[in-house]
Amino acid sequence: MSEPIDPRQANFVGRRSDGSVVQRPLSPHLQAYDMMQITSLTSILHRITGGAWSVAVLFLVWWLAALASGEGAFNTAQNFFGSFLGVLVLFGITAVAWYHTLAGIRHLAWDAGKGFDLPTVFATGRMVFIGTAALTVLTWIIALVAW
Amino acid sequence: MAKNPSHSMRTPLGRVRGLGSAKSGTTHWWMMRVSSIALLPLLLWFVFSIFGLLGASYAEARAFVAAPVNAVLLLLLIGVMFHHMAHGLQEVVEDYVRAELPRLFGILLVKAACLLLALISAFSVLRVAFT
Ligand code: HEM
Repeated sequence: MSEPIDPRQANFVGRRSDGSVVQRPLSPHLQAYDMMQITSLTSILHRITGGAWSVAVLFLVWWLAALASGEGAFNTAQNFFGSFLGVLVLFGITAVAWYHTLAGIRHLAWDAGKGFDLPTVFATGRMVFIGTAALTVLTWIIALVAW
Repeated sequence: MAKNPSHSMRTPLGRVRGLGSAKSGTTHWWMMRVSSIALLPLLLWFVFSIFGLLGASYAEARAFVAAPVNAVLLLLLIGVMFHHMAHGLQEVVEDYVRAELPRLFGILLVKAACLLLALISAFSVLRVAFT
């Protein structure tokens, strides 16, 4: 175990399955760490976009329920999605969804044991940001052409 | 491991099963990976479907949802999506809510809300498909 004892870690004592005591790592502390590093930033954003996407799903529920309940309710929903605010919301959802998906694929690569060295972590982190911007714009170009 | 170094009360069988105090082992983690991978093709299909539905009339939108392939894929998307969402939000609650009762209540609330929303969505799809 490491020598300097951080008081915050004093409570983080766990046990291995054989019963021996182990000091579990503390999750990143918001005041003690620089949160604007690409490593922490991508992590935080994955959680925030996961939460935001959970809220965004309500619009899909609304649309489906409106479609099932009748033409009046459906037109109300469609009018909202076609309004300025509606398009703004949908654009935000697009960006959030692409970010969470790309960062999620990065997570899956890590789970397969790939891409853990720092240069790769920085490179894939940058790719997630650039990919989010590119795919969000691309999605809307296709949408506006298809509209 | 003949000797138990810390005189743990844990039985050898419990150690082998490795399910820990949550009694579920790696199931939660594994299902998050499975749902993530399943969501990729489903959401891609969904986004392309939305492109086709932009500016659709009421009748056109109903015809789309009622088509058998679309209805089944929508139901699949609803199931996988809310499963992923419920388990993801559960992780967030577990990370930030320490006290026992609020934690239990928070997790149950997340699960209940996701189940309710999933049922509303699935019922809507079925209603459009069968009426
Ligand atoms: C409707 C769509 C989705 C919603 C509502 C959603 C929501 C969430 C939420 C709330 C979390 C928990 C966040 C956290 O623990 O930090 C999460 C985690 C995760 N999501 Fe999603 N997600 C969606 C789609 C996707 C997709 C398409 C992928 C594709 C790869 C994905 C991959 C992941 C992964 C890998 C995690 C776990 C991250 C970790 O272990 O820290 N998600 N999601």
